[in-house]
Amino acid sequence: MFMQRINPKFRLMLSGAALSALVFSSIPALAETPPDTLVEAFAIDDVITLDPAEAFELTMGEINGNTYDKLVRLDVNDPSKIVADLAESWTVSDDGLTYTFKLKQGLKFASGNPLTAEDVAYSFERAIKLDKSPAFILTQFGLKPDNVAEKAKATDPSTFVFTVDQAYAPSFVLNCLTSTVASVVDKKLILEHVVNDDFGNAWMKTAYAGSGPMKIRDWRANEIIVLERNDNYYGEKAPLTRVIYRHVKESAAQRLLLEKGDIDIARNLEPNDLEQVTKNSDITTVSAPKGTIYYFSLNQKNENLAKPEVRQALKYLVDYDAIGEKLIKGIGEIHQTFLPKNILGQLDEKPFKLDVAKAKELLEKAGLKDGFTVTMDVRNNQPVTGIAESVQQSFAQAGVKLEIIPGDGKQTLTKFRARTHDMYIGQWGVDYWDPHSNAETFTSNPDNADTGTNKTLAWRNAWDVPELTKETRQALLERDPEKRATMYQDLQRKVLETSPFVMLFQQIEVAGVRANVKNLKLGPSFDTNYVFNVSK
Amino acid sequence: MTIPDINPGSGRSGAWASTFAWALGRFLLIGAITFLGLLAVTFFIGRVIPIDPAIAIVGDRAPAHVVERVREELGLNLPLYQQFVLYVKGVLQGDFGNSVLTTNPVMADIRRVFPATMELATFGTLIGAVFGIPLGVLAAVKRGSLIDQIVRIIGLIGYSVPIFWLGLLGLLLFYAKLGWTSGPGRIDVVYEYTFTPITGFYLLDAILQNNWDAFRNIFSFIILPASLLGYFSLAYISRMTRSFMLNELEQEYVITARAKGLSETRIIWAHALRNAAVPLVTVIALSYAGLLEGSVLTETVFSWPGLGSYITNSLQNADMNAVLGGTIVIGAVFIAVNLLSDLLYRALDPRTRKR
Repeated sequence: MFMQRINPKFRLMLSGAALSALVFSSIPALAETPPDTLVEAFAIDDVITLDPAEAFELTMGEINGNTYDKLVRLDVNDPSKIVADLAESWTVSDDGLTYTFKLKQGLKFASGNPLTAEDVAYSFERAIKLDKSPAFILTQFGLKPDNVAEKAKATDPSTFVFTVDQAYAPSFVLNCLTSTVASVVDKKLILEHVVNDDFGNAWMKTAYAGSGPMKIRDWRANEIIVLERNDNYYGEKAPLTRVIYRHVKESAAQRLLLEKGDIDIARNLEPNDLEQVTKNSDITTVSAPKGTIYYFSLNQKNENLAKPEVRQALKYLVDYDAIGEKLIKGIGEIHQTFLPKNILGQLDEKPFKLDVAKAKELLEKAGLKDGFTVTMDVRNNQPVTGIAESVQQSFAQAGVKLEIIPGDGKQTLTKFRARTHDMYIGQWGVDYWDPHSNAETFTSNPDNADTGTNKTLAWRNAWDVPELTKETRQALLERDPEKRATMYQDLQRKVLETSPFVMLFQQIEVAGVRANVKNLKLGPSFDTNYVFNVSK
Repeated sequence: MTIPDINPGSGRSGAWASTFAWALGRFLLIGAITFLGLLAVTFFIGRVIPIDPAIAIVGDRAPAHVVERVREELGLNLPLYQQFVLYVKGVLQGDFGNSVLTTNPVMADIRRVFPATMELATFGTLIGAVFGIPLGVLAAVKRGSLIDQIVRIIGLIGYSVPIFWLGLLGLLLFYAKLGWTSGPGRIDVVYEYTFTPITGFYLLDAILQNNWDAFRNIFSFIILPASLLGYFSLAYISRMTRSFMLNELEQEYVITARAKGLSETRIIWAHALRNAAVPLVTVIALSYAGLLEGSVLTETVFSWPGLGSYITNSLQNADMNAVLGGTIVIGAVFIAVNLLSDLLYRALDPRTRKR
């Protein structure tokens, strides 16, 4: 009835709408992902460059681990050990200063160019001279733009000699050489793309020049990363033709895609979505503890927090069990020492639990029977906000009044670095897979003055520890790995009670995986999440 | 002595042209002032917040001498007003600085993310206008009827329901349960090897490459987020259309037309709507400009790499160059869309052509 009364033009529009509705409905449901392709949903918005000399972001660590080779690699089955990668063997001179690497024979880059010690030397020179964020991992061995040619050089096509400035623990040197910045790049290929002496940095931002099991075909920021099998790889060839990372940030969206079979692996599932997918028989989960530790710290410039009894008391005023069961379920596990699991020298001791009586006793000893008031700077995101609130409640049980100051991440960090906070809740991820990365920041503070330039976490909390700083240095120079591990364990035990750091938990990474995906194993670090040995 | 105008027609078009030029000039002036204000406000907010921009750039782990070097490079040691002058100077030369986060020039980043947003916004506004105007007209004509109530409820839902919730619900229903559309993203991974983005407008790129398979696929991805945005702009457009139409239908010319015996259809669609169209253009233009800012939540739910998530991400990382650049682009879009709607006004309303 009403169709007859309306204008013919409008009728046309309505039928157009009906027609388009038909078109939408005729689109078939998508089939599952192609059998030779692995599709992952992953928040890849932290990627800013593909250049190994510059990239320092978590996602790029993973991409790099699958696409570039280094001289040596972490043993994924026991990450406190090192295995050969491009190097066939290596020797350390008696004075501990010279490392000589013999390369495997017949190595080739994905481009087909032969890989020689010359390329290794160029990769080191490039990283040092570009001097981007991750360069410090190599410069800490005394490498500088004016000496790198001498200190990292090829003596013949299959021999690379690396000279360090002090007799460091070989495990330290080798661990650092597994990091992204030490990736070997294709000198010949890069030289074709150099502009204004930039070592091909502009071109490498979006290009690939490596020799790993996979090669990078394409990267479109916040959209997609496509890896393809490298048929020139020296080792066992990847079973899959390609691996595609799709940028999907929202956990619920990842879950839908996974359940529907449009992706094979979902990487950023939040606890509630994770719980749902585990009920699905087509989906399994894989998880691994990672090298990131959450803690809150007590500024020693605050006279209450500077009392050793108070530091100790506050460690007994955290409800670790509640935090572990509710706030970080599936994304972390309670951890109380400064070295994460799976790293050389790890120590898994958990002496602290919520003990209000003991805390009260300690506070009384410190002359703070009635408690005190203190502030905590908290980034306004999870899980730290939730944890801060939990801590606020448990502190109150012993009369300690905690005021939470919420802020944006960069804002709280600026304050932390200026040492004007009382307490700060944050996380620390290892920069390279060696105990020194964390020991340096948690237990060394070479100059506690406000003008100090080495802004370690100990410095940021004005924790003046000349003795520990010395011990940390000694551990760095211990050449026997067993002894070195024991030294770090001692160090951790020593600071458990006294340090101004209340360690909370170690992060766990979890992935939801379709049941037909085989051999996916998340590694201990972000650059050991290997996809090249996955099959379907 | 003045030469009398022989041809009244040309005189009229000359007057029209001068009106046009006057309007354009006025707009450019207002636009320039608005821009400067926008720049100043955003710039000073960006500098006042207690964040050290040098740390934001080099990161937490950088050695002290690097932080100092960057601070000098950025001119952060200078007084604020000098920093502002330097910044405006750069902008006038088309240099918006580099994004801290991506290390690209800000304009290069925006060129990359803006087409995705524009494609979605255009599609969404089309849906909103094509369905919203007729619905609004019907609601006005049948005031108080069932249709009117339905249009009101649609409008109410569009105003009050959070878009991310509706987005997830849409995905659950049309993608997960019914399988009518594709899920989050812009194109299926199987087209990775046959389709290359050229302009960044994927639908257009598919047409340019004569790749109709890819076109259908892209369409199946864009239709859900576009319908969602379309729904929200429909809610607004239909409500406004309704009230404009109610206003027009009470005018005397409608009574005159009825008295003359014109058909109701003609009165509604040719006379009243024509008059209501003038303010309606502004409504549609504003809603389009709003969508061009990028809808952060829609972009997040649908993994759409657009301007909204770019700016939000930059803001969260204290990437002030990117935030300033994005703000300027949005400001430019707003002013341009306003200018366009004003020009359309002149085309639609004969009275504005005479002075």
